[in-house]
Formats: sequence, structure tokens, C-alpha cells
Amino acid sequence: MTAPVPLDEVPLDAVPLDAVPLDGAPLDPPPPVELLSVEKRFANGVLGLEPTTLRVKPGEFITIIGPSGCGKSTLLKLASGLAEPSDGRVWWWRGPFARVGEKTRRLAFVFQDPTLMPWASVAANVRLPLDIGHVDPTEADDRVAAVLAELGLSDRATQRPRQLSGGMRMRTSIARALVTDPDLLLMDEPFGALDELSRNRLDERLLQLSAERGLTTMFVTHSIYEAAFLSTRVIVMAANPGRIYAEHTIDAPHPRGEAFRLSPAFADHARELTRLLTAASLDTRGNQP
Amino acid sequence: MTTLLHNRDLLPVVAPIAIGAIILGGWQVTCTVLAVPDYLFPAPSSIWHALCGNWPTLFHALLGTLKVTLMAFAIAVITGTLIALLFAQSRLIEISLLPYAIMLQVTPIVAIAPLIIIMIDDTFISLVLCAAAVAIFPIISNTTIGLKAVDPGLLAYFRMARASRWQQLVRLRIPSAVPFFLAGLRIASGLSLIGAVVAEFVAGTGGHSSGLAYEILQAGFQLDMPRMFAALALITFAGVAMALAMAGLSRLALTWHGTGGDDQ
Ligand SMILES: Nc1ncnc2c1ncn2[C@@H]1O[C@H](COP(=O)(O)OP(=O)(O)OP(=O)(O)O)[C@@H](O)[C@H]1O
Ligand SMILES: [Mg+2]
Repeated sequence: MTAPVPLDEVPLDAVPLDAVPLDGAPLDPPPPVELLSVEKRFANGVLGLEPTTLRVKPGEFITIIGPSGCGKSTLLKLASGLAEPSDGRVWWWRGPFARVGEKTRRLAFVFQDPTLMPWASVAANVRLPLDIGHVDPTEADDRVAAVLAELGLSDRATQRPRQLSGGMRMRTSIARALVTDPDLLLMDEPFGALDELSRNRLDERLLQLSAERGLTTMFVTHSIYEAAFLSTRVIVMAANPGRIYAEHTIDAPHPRGEAFRLSPAFADHARELTRLLTAASLDTRGNQP
Repeated sequence: MTTLLHNRDLLPVVAPIAIGAIILGGWQVTCTVLAVPDYLFPAPSSIWHALCGNWPTLFHALLGTLKVTLMAFAIAVITGTLIALLFAQSRLIEISLLPYAIMLQVTPIVAIAPLIIIMIDDTFISLVLCAAAVAIFPIISNTTIGLKAVDPGLLAYFRMARASRWQQLVRLRIPSAVPFFLAGLRIASGLSLIGAVVAEFVAGTGGHSSGLAYEILQAGFQLDMPRMFAALALITFAGVAMALAMAGLSRLALTWHGTGGDDQ
């Protein structure tokens, strides 16, 4: 069954028709983000991402793994509107970026480092997107208090970022993303600097939250185990030039917890991901002009 | 002595005082032993006598100089900050106006001061203008740099969160600029005193009596070296007081700002 792409939302000449994959993706609900033949060539001529098509379906938890420098961050920045593709087109809910931020089309991005305002308290940092969006102050207070409690930061609300541990700073950054009640959450190695146990705990929390809030997530990580634990689908990327090398679906049911980590299925997925990642890191075509 | 040398709070206070005492003592002894006449090089004791003897005049002059200095400082801070905010609004404004700000900075105040003093009848206003012209540049340049020295990650966050230009300015650029602004403030406080004294000298040679510089000029005409040194000591004292006040202020502000203080 092939559903037509609703062309009323997109200027016809904005994207070559052959770049639109008509593979029958359902329109309702629309995919939170679609990369259509998206290419990223940097100003210095380096091809960061060769033309890539990726459709993220609602409710998916997509994890991107790959060797360092293969373009994971580049892909995520394109999906967040932080970077412009040099060719191809990105759609959010089948619309242009200008419409992102409307109700049911909220996007939040968690950077690799916490990027907090050093002069503001934890609560003020978390509140920032609500202040920018002119949310009613009392409502904002309530939402900040709720999300801080959710992430175990209530007793740190008045402290400054430099008084927190690395993990707490990261949680503050995640709280700042969640407080906007996003529909699409993009995270670039958010737990990279954390110890294994904190990371596992936050992973479980993240899964709970995505289930409760119906989040769609794109998540970059270096950890195969994290990818196997979190994802519904893992994208394996290869470098030189950056591209999608393979995909692996993880069909284990949610909610997942410690039991899943110890299951043979988990070990199988982890082994398969290791195999794909090894193959991806060996597969370099050399830097093309 | 060893415990004192290891006391990190007291040492920065005690050590300079000790050096000062040694120098003053040596100076006094040398002058007494060699019987140096006061009109060549006065001993500290003569300077002290001159200070006490001329206290009403000197104190009045000190107040005058401080009034000019503080007024000029305030004007430089307010105007300089406004100009920096204007520069931050558009690259075009900045590249159009910056050369003039630099021209203002590189032209020696002694060269402009006579002009200003002749053109403006009120001596006080002309002195304040001269001193403010000297002090304004570090405020403009530091604050401009600070408004641009924004963490690129935070800037990307603000852009993605669709913050307006105004929100970016108020919530990101101005707080980021605070440490730079404070550094500018410290330089400007010293420069406003220098500017005030230089302008007073120029005005003094033109016959407009005002401030400690005029006292120095007068003492020079009368070869009253102790009184000259006393006025000089008061200028130094005013400068040190301003510097200490600014250091305290910026410490407080940086602790509040979360980028300074002891619990780093
Ligand atoms: N602004 C830029 N200009 C030129 N080249 C860039 C730029 N940004 C990234 N690159 C290059 O693009 C490639 C992909 O970078 P990217 O940051 O996406 O990698 P990554 O997969 O996120 O790596 P890591 O796992 O180390 O974070 C790298 O080779 C990098 O050098
Ligand atoms: Mg990266």
C-alpha cells in the first residue's frame, strides 16, 4: 500500500520528486522526522554525510552507533535543524522546520555536554525553554518542580551547575529537554561521561519516560550495550564518507529492565551489533572528493 | 614569622605594609642623616606635617577630585555599556562606529582637554567630560567582547529554542559579558582618576582652580615640596581606594555570577 505524500505542506520545487521515497509510510500519525536524500558537505569540501534517507516513525527509539568521526553528530544536527543539509530535504511531521515547536510537534535536543548557564541555578536552567516560550510563570514553576523531582534533582534546585557532579549536570540538561514536553527527543551521547551504573539507571529512567510520554527518540551512543538495551532500531554508520551502513531491529518488548540485560536475547543483539560495528569500521571507501 | 608567611589571608596585607614601612623608614633616616632640605626632597615627617597643616584645603581639593572622578566614572560606565549594547545589535553599527571610539582612545586627553575646557564654561562639567572620555574605552571594548564571547553550545541551544534577539541578549549575552564588563570596570575606575587629574592640570594651568592637581601646581609655584608630596599622596590614596572598591565589587559580582569565588 503506497500512500501519497501530502504535497500541500511542501513546495513542490523544494525537493526533487525522486528523492521522496514512496514506500507506504503511514501519514497518520506523520513521521516526526524524515531525512530525504540528505547530504552534508562542509565548507571545506569534506563530505560529512553522503545522501541518506532515514524515516523515524512515531514512538521509535532509534540509536545511532558507528566509529568516531562517521557523522553521527552530523546526522543528529541535521535532524534537529541545527545544521542545514547541503542537498536533500528534512521534514518534521511532514512539514518544514518553521512549524516545529507547535503543539504535538515539539523537539528537544540534548547535547553531548550539558551546556548549562553557569550563572543560573538548576531550576532556572531547566526553566529556560519555558521562559523563552512565554509559558505562564506559575505553570512553569509547577512543570520545573515536577521534572526536577522526576530526575531526582529537587534538592539541587537552587544550586549552580558548578556545584553539581557530572551526572547531575547531565540530568539537569535532560530535565531542560523534558520540561518542554517534547514529542521528538534527540540526544547526542548524553551519558558518555558517566559511570556504567549511573548510565544504566538513567537508561532505564529514559525508557520509562519515553513510554509514559510517547516520545520518539534519536540517540547517539558509543556503547553497544546501551544501544541494545534502549533501541527499537539501531542504525550502524560507517565513515569516509559518513553513511548508514546497516540497520538492526530490536524487537524485545517494553518495559525493559535488568532482566532484559541478563537475557540471552540481549546478548544475541549485542553480539550482532558488535559484528555490524566491526564490519562498518573496516568498510572505508577512502575520502572521496 | 613562618606561620605568618603561610597565612594566605594575612600575607597579602602584611607583606606590602612591611615593605612600605621599611621604605618610609629608610627614606626618613636618609633625609635626616644627610640633612636633605625640604625644598629638594622632603622627609616623610615633613610631608605628614604639610598634610596636617593644610588639611582643610587639601581635603577640599581631594573631595573635588573625587567628585570629578566618580561622576566621570559613572558617565563612562553608563554610556560605554549603552554603546557596547548598540555595537552588539548590528555588525554594521559596530564597524561604522568602532574607528571613532578608537580615535577617541588614541588621542591623548592632554591634547583635547584645553579645547573642551575652553568650549565649556563650567569647569566641573568640562573636567568630567575629559575624564569620562579617558575612562570610556575599556568599558566599550570589554563589554563588546563579552557580549560576543558566548558559549557556542549555549548559543546553539538558544537558537534551537527559538529565542528572540532580545531574549538572547538579556538571558545569554548580557550574563556572559558580566566578567568582561567587571574587568573593564576595574580599568575604567583607575583611568577616570587619571583622566580627572590630567584634566585638572590642564584647567589649572589655564587658571581654573580645582582639585588636587591644582594644589600640586600651586605648591610647585611656591616650591612647597612637602605640600606637593602631600597632595600626591592623597591622589595615590584615592586611586588605591577606588581599586580596592572595584576588586571587592567584582568579587561579589563574580560569586553571584557563579564563575568566581572560592567554592569553584
Ligand atoms: N564544521 C565542520 N567542518 C568540517 N568538517 C567537519 C565539521 N563538523 C564535522 N566535520 C567532520 O565530519 C565528520 C563527522 O563528524 P561528526 O562530528 O558527525 O562525527 P561523530 O560520528 O559524531 O564522531 P564522534 O563519535 O567522535 O562524536 C568528521 O570527519 C569531522 O571531522
Ligand atoms: Mg559526535
